[in-house]
Amino acid sequence: MLIYWANDEYSITIFGHTFFQFFPDWFYNALKIPHRLSEGMAFHFLFMWFFTLNGILYILYTIISGEWRELVPKRSSFKDAWLVLLHDLHIRKTAPPQNKYNAAQRIAYTAIIIMGIGSVITGLAIYKPVQFYYLTWLCGGYHFARILHFVLTLGYVFFFVIHIVQVILAGWRNFSSVISGFEVVNETPPLVIETPQPVVEIPQPVIGTSPPIQTTNEDEHPE
Amino acid sequence: MSTPNKKEKKELTVEQKITRRTFISFSAFTVLAVGAVEGWRWLYKSPKEAAGITAGTRVPLRRALNKTELFFRRLVFSENHLVKTYPKSMAAKRVRVNADIGIEAQNKFDPATWKLQVIKKGGEVLQITLQELMILPKTEIIYDFKCVEGWDQISHWAGVKFSDFIKHYQLDDYAKMQFVGMETPDQGYYIGIDMPSAMHPQTLLAYEVNDKLLPLQHGAPLRLIIPVKYGIKNLKRIGTIAFSNTRPRDYWAEQGYDYYSGL
Repeated sequence: MLIYWANDEYSITIFGHTFFQFFPDWFYNALKIPHRLSEGMAFHFLFMWFFTLNGILYILYTIISGEWRELVPKRSSFKDAWLVLLHDLHIRKTAPPQNKYNAAQRIAYTAIIIMGIGSVITGLAIYKPVQFYYLTWLCGGYHFARILHFVLTLGYVFFFVIHIVQVILAGWRNFSSVISGFEVVNETPPLVIETPQPVVEIPQPVIGTSPPIQTTNEDEHPE
Repeated sequence: MSTPNKKEKKELTVEQKITRRTFISFSAFTVLAVGAVEGWRWLYKSPKEAAGITAGTRVPLRRALNKTELFFRRLVFSENHLVKTYPKSMAAKRVRVNADIGIEAQNKFDPATWKLQVIKKGGEVLQITLQELMILPKTEIIYDFKCVEGWDQISHWAGVKFSDFIKHYQLDDYAKMQFVGMETPDQGYYIGIDMPSAMHPQTLLAYEVNDKLLPLQHGAPLRLIIPVKYGIKNLKRIGTIAFSNTRPRDYWAEQGYDYYSGL
């Protein structure tokens, strides 16, 4: 947040008319954060390391563990995601069958990774536009790279809000499974005592790498 | 593991396993969460650096800024990486004026009597007039001027290449030092530049904007145009130039900004 102060640079202006101002003065005054650009930049250039390293470790983990199979959208996911959305909005009664993650989750969790890579690339393109001139070129020039970087940040905020709302709606048992990596499902009461089958083990990324809770919380602070 | 232990493990019931795994993972989660919160708190409350060449930011953050900048400099900085240039038609007609620190209008200044002062070893001062500089080969650049506050503008400047200036006045020995410092005549604004950036082929001592002599608000009679740095390093109205092996003082580095601010 600190880095957006100054000159009202962040607005949607078309032909000299400002349609929307992302960070008007009252916003900054209310939060008591004007004139802290340098502080914001200092935080930014430290936390970018955590952001990048965390992202690399997470991607490596999903590849090595094979978890990526659960996360990457399938061909049917794009159609199913729409049904999931309708279901979640209580417009439709049934949701399409799913594995660990539903179609909408697959799209969201893959998109956030692509966005993260996008943030690193556009970030480098703005940070060192002369030295990484090829990245700047790839991002459509310095000015456009800046816009992309900003839009991606808005995307994280959007993701974060939806994500937290969904976690709350999904309830405690779901949250518990995010932390512990499994969820206990009691199927029909066992008839014979020897059938040890009540545990459905769902190997989840271990705490440190579960994408939502960790990354978003810490990394978004300085922005 | 010893045998009795193994035996014990086997005897764990499903419920016990569940409790155990849940306990372990929630403990780990709590430890990490508390660690993250405490780490943030430690960082946020860490003391400000002692005021010196740099000031105004937290000690760990300053260390991170310096290390990060040097990391990227070693990794990718090259004199051969040139700033992208544009055709003249794209240059802004009205060039943005963002600040007047060190050149405030209420302070009387006469460009006609101005001389550039280059401070040499042993207190010797080289005095150079604008006319003398204008005899040297003129270099033009039309590039995207970038401000740390988030705006950028394509603008058209012309002047003497800093490296040409060094050669012409036989300052090559000075250019082997690590830094160059520049200050306004009233010493109200001052910058420090690492030598590789100063000697970059696109760094100019500029006296023209849009083919006309600089107006006062753009730093008449002579200003620095250094495309490999943010705007804050593009000092207006150069009074003195000095060389050193330690970092010269820098106005914005004292206000918490990165000392190098390189692009």
